[in-house]
Amino acid sequence: MQEEHKMWRRYLMWFAHEHMDFRHAEMYSIISLLNIPVKFVEKPCVQKPYWIVELPSEDCVRKIASRSVLLKNCIELWSRARTEVQLHDNLKKSLNNSTGSWVLGEKKDGISDTCLCPKELIESSLSPKKTFKVDVETFCKHFTMKEKVEKIEKFSYLPMRGPVKLRNPDVTLAYLEFYGVDPNDVPEKPYDVFFGKWIADGQRDLIQVHSLKKRQFIGNTSMDAQLAIIMANQAQVKLGDMVLDPFVGSGSLLVAAAHFGAYVWGSDIDYLMLHGRTRPTRVGQKIRTKDESIRGNMRQYGTEARYLDVVVSDFSLHNWKPGLKFDAIITDPPYGVREPTEKIGIEKENYTLSEHHLPNHVPSKVEYGLSHIYSDLLNFAATYLEMGRRLVCWFPLVREEYQEEQLPSHPCLKLVGNSEQVISKLAARRLLTYEKITDDVPNMPLDPNAGVHNFREKYFTMGESTRRERKEKRAGEVAAYLAAKMAASRTDAT
Amino acid sequence: MKLITHNMLTSKCLKGVMTGYPLAINATDIKVTEVDFNPEFITRVIPKLDWEVLWAAANSIGHGEGLPKTLEPKFEENEDLLKKVHKVLLEVEVEEGNLTCPESGRQFPISKGIPNMLLTEAEVQ
Repeated sequence: MQEEHKMWRRYLMWFAHEHMDFRHAEMYSIISLLNIPVKFVEKPCVQKPYWIVELPSEDCVRKIASRSVLLKNCIELWSRARTEVQLHDNLKKSLNNSTGSWVLGEKKDGISDTCLCPKELIESSLSPKKTFKVDVETFCKHFTMKEKVEKIEKFSYLPMRGPVKLRNPDVTLAYLEFYGVDPNDVPEKPYDVFFGKWIADGQRDLIQVHSLKKRQFIGNTSMDAQLAIIMANQAQVKLGDMVLDPFVGSGSLLVAAAHFGAYVWGSDIDYLMLHGRTRPTRVGQKIRTKDESIRGNMRQYGTEARYLDVVVSDFSLHNWKPGLKFDAIITDPPYGVREPTEKIGIEKENYTLSEHHLPNHVPSKVEYGLSHIYSDLLNFAATYLEMGRRLVCWFPLVREEYQEEQLPSHPCLKLVGNSEQVISKLAARRLLTYEKITDDVPNMPLDPNAGVHNFREKYFTMGESTRRERKEKRAGEVAAYLAAKMAASRTDAT
Repeated sequence: MKLITHNMLTSKCLKGVMTGYPLAINATDIKVTEVDFNPEFITRVIPKLDWEVLWAAANSIGHGEGLPKTLEPKFEENEDLLKKVHKVLLEVEVEEGNLTCPESGRQFPISKGIPNMLLTEAEVQ
């Protein structure tokens, strides 16, 4: 076992510095889906856009990179230090490290910057036959091409004997400098420097490929491409899965799920949306075109083969047969702000419809409170999910009222992910990931916190009170200014 | 609407309806499109299906495609069968028509391939 551990290589995983609260949840979902053991060389820190890990093989690195949208790239680490001098010192010494494994240095604050990689790591990549290039990347500080070339030239002691090739070389070496994350306080020297061999890029390109700007069919609340991919990852969607979005809207989540190989179903109460006949979302567009549909979107991305169906259906009275099990449920229910929270119903009692009104009748709708939506959703997931599989959904809330124990809960579902996306100063939504842990579904009463949660009301009154407060504050300031001015002129006069 | 979806839908949302399954299909327009064959997926789906319902539904709209009435135990080894199931489940689609609740006779329209399972406000009271 010990021997095997020595064989593990070290990798630098470099992340995009956005949606930081999702990094951990996305990565953990991916490594548990792929069943890859990861050992942290350094404890990850949200303020640093990188992880330093040991992984059993390069293949594992590629697999992880093939899924993660928050991962920029993965580097096989040869040297890591706090200063440039130390980095070069390490590399030079590594060229003489013939122990066949890493020579570990002393740790300070959980970081060792004197580790020496085995020389085989360097030599095997730098054979005279292999073309290569060196990339320089600096985080939070800009350098000119000339300065970058100077940085590269400092590595001249490495046995780089192969020909240089800037496009598609056999080996890409990477030198990275990290100057912190505060653009207003950039230090003279970097905090951390890294050197190694590039292995794989993450899925950042997919954000452009799936961008809503170029998507055929979108609605007012279509999910941003990057967040949709994060959701599919957290739902651990894989090839051949059956996935449902019960509040499907324009189907952005299905696009992401199908990208990772899932066969998808969607349902929504909005007939016009599923038929692509709502008012166009894009500025300047008068009418929706014929091919605007969820299916059309999947055709656009080459995943139409995995489109199952969409069904117009009221989630509070859904139509799925008992015993059916989905591999994942991913959804973004309406919050009552930009999309109404509705179900079929009428306030009147003993209401009847005459026979000749039935065809083409548009049923009236009543409020479907958020608390009811989430309790229905969790109950549904507890019954209709395969064991061990996941429900991933957004949950809106007022930031200062947030308490983890007030999140929707169910005895069959374990909360395994909870990441915040800030919407405004006062409001946020959280991406909740639940895993089904037991098949023994009890008859659940409505969530006791149910009545409390009325996001719409809070969202709007919250805005109003601050607007009023701002006005009053401003009036107060003006009054104080005028009073001061008058007092001053009075003293001048006397 | 594909027959895989038909196999999973019920009308149990209706008051007084116990199972609401299977829904009868009345198709006025059927479309057959080619879909990439994925034997692993079909193998995974078959146990989730009500086979008799699939067989009856396929035959009721004239697309039995030679599907056997009963499923053989080692279906995963029979690629010819998997291809037939694939065709029936994913390639045959009801574009226009109705689904009918077996207990109440309530009809749900299918238009442009999308079933409308919404009830009226009178039915949910």
